[in-house]
Amino acid sequence: MSTMTDNQSGPMLAADGTPLKVSLARALRRQKIRAFLLIVPLLAFILISFIAPIGDMLFRSVENGIVPETMPRTVVALEDWDETSGEAPSEAVFAAFYEDMKVAMEEKTHTKLGSRLNYDTAGIASLFRKLRKPMGNIDETQPIKPQFIDAEEDWGDPEVWQTIKRLSGYYTSSYFLSAVDMESTHDGIQMKDDFERIYLTLLWRTMVLSVAITVSCILLGYPIAFLLANLPLRTSNILMILVLLPFWTSLLVRTSSWIVLLQQEGVINDTLVSLGILDDQGRLELMYNQVGTIVAMTHILLPFMILPLYSVMKTISPSYVRAAKSLGANDWTAFWKVYFPNSVPGIGAGAVLVFILAIGYYITPELVGGTSGIFISNRIAYHISSSLNWGLAAALGVMLLALILVFYWLYDRIVGIDNVKLG
Amino acid sequence: MKSMHTLATAAAATMLVASAAQADEMTIVSWGGAYSASQQKAYHDPYMANNPGVTIVNDESSAEAVAKLRAMDEAGNVTWDVVDVVASDAIRLCDEGLAMEIDPATHLAPAPDGTPAAEDFGDLLVSECFIPQIVYSTTFGYRTDVAEWGGKSPSTVCDVFDTATFPGKRSLEKRPINNVEWALLCDGVAPEDVYDVLGTDEGVAQALAKLDTIRDDIIWWSAGAETPQRLADGEAVIGSTYNGRLFSVIEEQKQPVAMLWDWQVFDLDGWIIPAGLSDERKARALDYIYFATDTQRLADQAKYISYGPARKSSAPLVGKHADLGIEMAPHMPTDPNNAKTTLLYNYEFWADNRDDIDAKFQAWLVQ
Repeated sequence: MSTMTDNQSGPMLAADGTPLKVSLARALRRQKIRAFLLIVPLLAFILISFIAPIGDMLFRSVENGIVPETMPRTVVALEDWDETSGEAPSEAVFAAFYEDMKVAMEEKTHTKLGSRLNYDTAGIASLFRKLRKPMGNIDETQPIKPQFIDAEEDWGDPEVWQTIKRLSGYYTSSYFLSAVDMESTHDGIQMKDDFERIYLTLLWRTMVLSVAITVSCILLGYPIAFLLANLPLRTSNILMILVLLPFWTSLLVRTSSWIVLLQQEGVINDTLVSLGILDDQGRLELMYNQVGTIVAMTHILLPFMILPLYSVMKTISPSYVRAAKSLGANDWTAFWKVYFPNSVPGIGAGAVLVFILAIGYYITPELVGGTSGIFISNRIAYHISSSLNWGLAAALGVMLLALILVFYWLYDRIVGIDNVKLG
Repeated sequence: MKSMHTLATAAAATMLVASAAQADEMTIVSWGGAYSASQQKAYHDPYMANNPGVTIVNDESSAEAVAKLRAMDEAGNVTWDVVDVVASDAIRLCDEGLAMEIDPATHLAPAPDGTPAAEDFGDLLVSECFIPQIVYSTTFGYRTDVAEWGGKSPSTVCDVFDTATFPGKRSLEKRPINNVEWALLCDGVAPEDVYDVLGTDEGVAQALAKLDTIRDDIIWWSAGAETPQRLADGEAVIGSTYNGRLFSVIEEQKQPVAMLWDWQVFDLDGWIIPAGLSDERKARALDYIYFATDTQRLADQAKYISYGPARKSSAPLVGKHADLGIEMAPHMPTDPNNAKTTLLYNYEFWADNRDDIDAKFQAWLVQ
């Protein structure tokens, strides 16, 4: 009784005499720090090798430092020029440009700048590449502008200077505008001409085909996973190897074998012709179109659907279905009302995996997709590796990433992300 | 404790060995396949025989060389010493400051008769950073056994657009370059006006409209091996690809395929040295280039693959194929019989307009 009154009158003390609350908090903090220290290497690894490069890549979609940094004087001088006048800028701009280019040619950055401007207006790259000719013969005591235009008349073209002025900021929206088939002209922002629009079409097609691939993966993968989960272990293990074997085979090998099967002189068509189902002129076009992309990619992504489905189905107790049947349900009702709802988390996990992987594929569509079965990732790959227009590639990548996040959000709203299970 | 010490010593020793090995290792990037094999025999093996300390490591990344070099440059760690690229890529790399400038007078060997390298290569030095190696051409091959053709065989590039006389699938490269030129030539544009016409929106539209007439009969390719494969399978009856690929289908694999040299497009392939190498590596790369691009070496490569040497002085030295024993001169794209009508890849035009026309071409493709 007396000890209780003691405790109530003052704070509870730990063995070493500090208040228990403080001591507990200290112990907890120590634990938290220890736990945090344990994950520090992983966190640092992810930050350095994953988040930072992605962030850096995405930042390129707006970054435009090369123009103001390579031609600081010109950018300032151009502020006074009226780009709607239809005339080349004044002598002051050309003088500033001459000074800027003297430095740039010394540092060999002028051609790089030309490539950047060429993404927006074709033809500028060679103007900068051939700068040595006008620059070399300039008499500094005379006005610069006429000497430039005499040496290379395209320097008098206002379009060149409009492009420079439009891109003179440290940040630009031009990549994002291109990524949605728009352009900024001196009349404002507008859609590109019909025959130059491509990215919105491709984005839409990427979505539609990815959904089609995901749906066919569900349709094909569900029965297989069901079979695997309900067979005796020994048989199901052998079947599982059949699922995993293609998973371990190189992507290119699998795509090439689809080419052998699907092409017009390929195995499927040959078989159909020799069976007399098709005549030799009426061979089916099974590839170099959307059919080819859907077939090959469904096959390649199927394991990503089967594996989560299988691991979820494994956890569904057979007694549920038995209980349903003993209460009078027929086979179908027992499956549809009891088994299927329990397997939905597996469908969710598989669908998210397959869809996200499908959206980013480009090798398979490139090889079997012809022209109607290619994805937006094929264009991203082109801009990364051929045109070196990494800004546009980054802008397209940002759009793709944003779309995936939107889908993820929708999925969370409709199905609930807690409902996703990998096993 | 003792074992730790041994371990540390071993690790240190390994690192020493590794760095010593690295000092003598030179990474040369090329296209792989038969092409790399021809370089191995004509350049790498004799170079290593002359320089016993040096090991040449082959990297088959030329197709992605531009992007990879830029990434290496940004990371500040260029691991390649010499890179084989097509001329248009060399121009892009030079523009981006990713390749070092070459001085033909000091960095390249003169011809045996003393002609300076600049003169020996002539117009083929299309960029300050580029050392030409071979002249190749993109041209057509067709199957010789197509029953529907009734014994006729294509004789001009315009037969590619004639699906009435020559029905069947055509295999064309999935890019505008070359295809739009051929389309305009076959649409009545004079050869000398092709690039003036292509420089306008209407010209591009005209070329695409011509391609549109055979659109349903085209299978597109993106890798050089696809057309030979399709011709051999009978999947396509006529198709464009690099002449060396067709040579190997016809002469090495003995497939019923023949060459159609009409309006072949010449292009160049050669070396660049990445910018920003250490002095030691740069000196070695230059030493290799000096050796590998001399008159005899360029002529030697033609023993193994049917591409023409880029030096004028190498042409008379081209001999027989090393394995097949046939004379190589008649298989060179530059042979007068093959080169009656030719285009030369217009580097300047495409460097400026490639992205622009490619966007229109791709938009046309996805329609």
